[in-house]
Amino acid sequence: MDEVLEVMSDIQFNHVQTAHCESGVISNIFRHYGLQISEPMAFGIGAGIFFGHLPFVKVNGVPGTTYRVVPGAIFKRVCKRLGVKMESQTFSSPEKGMEALDRVLETGRPVGLLSSVYYLPYFPPAYRFHFNAHNLVAFGKDGDNYRISDPIMETVTEIDPKSLAEARFAKGFPAPKGKMYYPVEVPKEVSFEQPIREGIKQACSDMLNIPLPFFGVKGMRFLAKRLKHYPEKVGDRKAVLYLGNIIRMQEEIGTGGAGFRFMYAAFLQEAAGILKREELSEMSAELTKIGDTWRNFAFNAGRVCKSRSVNNISYAELSEMLMQCAAEEEVLFRKLSKVKL
Amino acid sequence: MKKEEVPQDGDNMHEGTFKQLFYATDNAGQYVPVTSVGWEPENVAMKQAWEEINERVEKAKAQVLAGEVSPVVYYMEKTIMDLPLLASYVGKFQWQVKRHMKPAVFNKLSDTMLRKYAAAFKISVQELRNIK
Repeated sequence: MDEVLEVMSDIQFNHVQTAHCESGVISNIFRHYGLQISEPMAFGIGAGIFFGHLPFVKVNGVPGTTYRVVPGAIFKRVCKRLGVKMESQTFSSPEKGMEALDRVLETGRPVGLLSSVYYLPYFPPAYRFHFNAHNLVAFGKDGDNYRISDPIMETVTEIDPKSLAEARFAKGFPAPKGKMYYPVEVPKEVSFEQPIREGIKQACSDMLNIPLPFFGVKGMRFLAKRLKHYPEKVGDRKAVLYLGNIIRMQEEIGTGGAGFRFMYAAFLQEAAGILKREELSEMSAELTKIGDTWRNFAFNAGRVCKSRSVNNISYAELSEMLMQCAAEEEVLFRKLSKVKL
Repeated sequence: MKKEEVPQDGDNMHEGTFKQLFYATDNAGQYVPVTSVGWEPENVAMKQAWEEINERVEKAKAQVLAGEVSPVVYYMEKTIMDLPLLASYVGKFQWQVKRHMKPAVFNKLSDTMLRKYAAAFKISVQELRNIK
């Protein structure tokens, strides 16, 4: 009996480093149950690619930009499309949340946790902002400490219970409220074909059809227009901060605007093989080029930030580049939406 | 982005603790995962964000020492919080926290309230009262 318990509390978890926390946790946890799914595939089926610019949602006084769908959405969609049943809970107090986590870990299941990066001691200090939508996996205990597979880290790590409780019960928006989730039913055999079709359809719709100016390719143009006038509207100092935030959201851990373009291109490439559709392969190559256009934008924006340029021409040029990204993505997603899958 | 183009601009932003993962294409155009130690534009933006934070912290410190605001302001900036976030940590309305930022009001706060602030900032009440 003792032996069994020991094995249970020391489950083997095959950690693979990924680019993004949410799609990474999906890929790593599902693999644990024998369902092999790559990170790009999870990202694509979950229709993770997106764009949004919300000037009225300010983080530390800077308008928010996102290159992905709202946290949690990828997970929900992938589970629904692949027929995985998840148990998901939030808690009213850290004590209850930590006890519930212990109980699930005792049964030998790895558990996904929503947390704030600010309280994760193993995170590089430069990245420790109050970002509350980070995902990681707890897969066992070592004494009081928890064994952690954080998908964006190279290797597994450990965290003390106090820090983990703080991270899981951080305040702010969105408050994680100790959210934990784990699969209770994972099908052994899944076909990716239909889920891929549904994922692509949804991504095209999200990028093209939301009737609000803030989202999809419309959102890119919206940001481009505003960015052009940053220096005269908010002053040079703030303009640089706003611009810096656009780059950071594009490249920072767990986000990565251009990174998401490349990840979706990797998904299209994999999907081309599964659905035997050469067109998807070609679109993957096109999206790779679009990702490079984004990187070029970030590169130039970084130069403007560095020189803290007071010259409005550079903002106008950056705005043009963003318009270019929007135009290219619109063409791509319109084409993608017309492919008969 | 080709495999060879994945940026490797160290700049010690990650403090040598880890590398970020990207997807890039190999010579045959196939996507493969590649790790990166950092990228110049991101490093610039990140440094700038921290410079801004440090400036705000320094400014708050000077204001506390001059008796213009209470230490709540200094520690709020230091922990990168804003008013709504701090208010939710101490379980008060924003206008109440704003009042606590006045030295005269702060000096009359109960021990319970001070302990709440200290816990939110992860410091002792002693440190909260006397900033370094």
